Amino acid sequence: MSKISVKNMDLYYGDFHALKNINMEIESNEITAFIGPSGCGKSTLLKSLNRMNDLVEGCKITGDILLDGKDIYASNFDINLLRKRVGMVFQKPNPFPMSIYDNIAYGPRTHGIKSKSKLDDIVEKSLRNAAIWNEVKNDLKKNALRISGGQQQRICIARALAVDPEVLLMDEPTSALDPISTAKIEDLVHELKKDYTIVMVTHNMQQATRVSDKTAFFLTGEVVEFGKTEDIFSVPKDKRTEYYITGRFG
Amino acid sequence: MSKVIRYAVKISAFLTFGILFFIIGYILFRGIPHLTPSLFSLKYTTENVSLFPAMITTILIVALTLLIATPIGVFTGFYLVEYAKKGNKLVEIVRIATETLSGIPSIVYGLFGMLFFVIRLGFQYSLIAGTLTASIMVLPLIIRSTEEALMSVDDSLREASFGLGAGKLRTIFRVVLPVAMPGILSGVILAIGRVVGETAALMYTLGTATKIPNGFFSSGRTLALHMYLLSTEGMHVNESYATGVILLIIVLMINSLSTYLSNRLMKGR
Amino acid sequence: MKSKSFEGFMKGIFIVSAMMSILAIILICYFIFAGGIPFIAEYGVKGFLLGTEWKPSNNPASFGILPMILGSVYVTIGAIIIGVPIGILTATYLSKFCGDKLYRVLKPSINLMSGIPSIVYGFFALTVIVPIMRNLFGGTGMNIVTASILLGIMILPTIIGMSEASIRAVPQSYYEGSVGLGATHERAIMTVVLPAARSGILSSVILGIGRAIGETMAVILVAGNQARMPKGILKGVRTMTTNIVIEMAYAADQHREALIATAAILFIFILIINATFLIVKRRSAN
Repeated sequence: MSKISVKNMDLYYGDFHALKNINMEIESNEITAFIGPSGCGKSTLLKSLNRMNDLVEGCKITGDILLDGKDIYASNFDINLLRKRVGMVFQKPNPFPMSIYDNIAYGPRTHGIKSKSKLDDIVEKSLRNAAIWNEVKNDLKKNALRISGGQQQRICIARALAVDPEVLLMDEPTSALDPISTAKIEDLVHELKKDYTIVMVTHNMQQATRVSDKTAFFLTGEVVEFGKTEDIFSVPKDKRTEYYITGRFG
Repeated sequence: MSKVIRYAVKISAFLTFGILFFIIGYILFRGIPHLTPSLFSLKYTTENVSLFPAMITTILIVALTLLIATPIGVFTGFYLVEYAKKGNKLVEIVRIATETLSGIPSIVYGLFGMLFFVIRLGFQYSLIAGTLTASIMVLPLIIRSTEEALMSVDDSLREASFGLGAGKLRTIFRVVLPVAMPGILSGVILAIGRVVGETAALMYTLGTATKIPNGFFSSGRTLALHMYLLSTEGMHVNESYATGVILLIIVLMINSLSTYLSNRLMKGR
Repeated sequence: MKSKSFEGFMKGIFIVSAMMSILAIILICYFIFAGGIPFIAEYGVKGFLLGTEWKPSNNPASFGILPMILGSVYVTIGAIIIGVPIGILTATYLSKFCGDKLYRVLKPSINLMSGIPSIVYGFFALTVIVPIMRNLFGGTGMNIVTASILLGIMILPTIIGMSEASIRAVPQSYYEGSVGLGATHERAIMTVVLPAARSGILSSVILGIGRAIGETMAVILVAGNQARMPKGILKGVRTMTTNIVIEMAYAADQHREALIATAAILFIFILIINATFLIVKRRSAN
């Protein structure tokens, strides 16, 4: 069974039909990349996977999204638990204006962990997993806004890891970063694949080829093509995919 | 033509700030020499015209007003910004209500406070009647500044918190509120200023007793009221100046603090 | 972890808090109007609004508030004549003529100006402006002009604060477009920037009117407070606000109702001013 399956899903913002009949299987311990021009719906689908779209007014969804076979839009599905299991890293690094330690501990504390020693362990483990422990281990009390953008983004990844998620959604996680920080994040994502299922929206096609196992190409609210990354980029089945990856439009 | 405009603009600015600094300077100059120790006697008598009881009353009424108005105002802000959906009818009505409240003259508040709290509820001229009247008066100020401060908080912080599985309350109290705090505080401080300077709304609610109130249902007078009463009596002009000095000093402190805090909010963004 | 029901409970508290403002406005309207309207109906709308005699202790008493309405209107007009030009030009100075360094001192000064208690302004006017007026024109020195000067000063921060913000909100390109055609700095500001900011400036003036007409304790010290038809700008006058304060202390029965009715009329004035302000603001927001 795939980790997440999207079945006959449609999404509307008021009258606007933003996603049209989406069907997609996302497998465990793989990296799935969403590519496509701006406004094509890739971020919208990403946000539907942990119901962040609930925050948008007038957003309506039909069809099913299943996590381990359970409908996440079912009325008895605990939304806060869903977001614990399906974590999210945002486009712009958005650490809370508090210490690095408190940033990482925010999630576990939210879910009821109070013991200091337990929190210490989680903070260290998450920072290690996000490959930033060595850079900040002596500055855990420092305000997270006072470190570089690349470091901030890894703090945000560590923060997402700290609640022990199963799936990690990443919305263009490197678009605000310099090339060196980007490389670090890409390496990190590759490492994380061992333990997590990762879905990543990216503007950068090289990034998709470098890190992902599967790629979905979106255009005006539809998934035009979805398959193994090497196939999509070497032998695209759809003309529109070919045009896009060869840079003829978008 | 250009020259005329330039002079007109400069003269106007000079007049505005000239008047302001003259008023402050004049009050300080005439008042400071009269800040004698006897003005700060524990008890007011017709000889010492002590302003000490008025100072204590002012502090009491400010503290009680904030105790009532701050939670209500801040919670209203929470509802308007964090909960209400666009086009919500209640929000529209609350907006109109607060905007109307902020335009009502103090004397109308005073008269209302007298009719409702003093007479209808039978509180008499009292600390409690004055406090409740003042609370309604500063409510729009606190609501407005809370709203603005909350709206200035980046949405991505809320998303991050929700994304970690936090609920609405936790997101508001742990993430949004700390960031918005300086802005809310600067509104609260402006509210303090408004209460400190108020006279018309308190005269017929708090009353004008010269002693320190000995309970919620006891009357008193604030510094501003004290100054008004002294200046109408015409016998204690010097003491009026001295009271004016104290009021100005409070206002100066309040303003600097509020400016400092709103600058911090700008930086924290 | 906070439970679902606690989330709901707190949301309820927030909604109840939001209702407080509505409750307050309803209570205020009720007490002012329910206390005042019946009296007006009984006494006669025309007699009350247009009556020129306010003699509460006569037998039978007469309660015409036209003198006070006119008093309020006159001092407000006076305040506008004095405060608006100075205010707008000062706002222009702050936004377009003064350097950054100076601005950092002057801007907080405007905030300070709006924070000074009205009683301090009133007392200043009583001890400085009144004697000057007395020396210049004789009489008591407490008259429409004195009150207008005082109110003109008091509405300055309201007008300056809001006008400045709306002048600053005018896109720089407007100014550049005008200067690019050869207009001087001053001309560009007067012919292009200020007109573009007019709705914001207009709202500031409306707000200033509201402030002037509602001011009480400062006016009471310098206006003379004679309850008679205004006889000239150098003669004393009583406003609606001061009428309430002066007589409330000892008014009873019908007399008290007449004062509440005065507040009701004042309140209607304020509601009209508020509504105008909201309309102008909405229109400028679009």
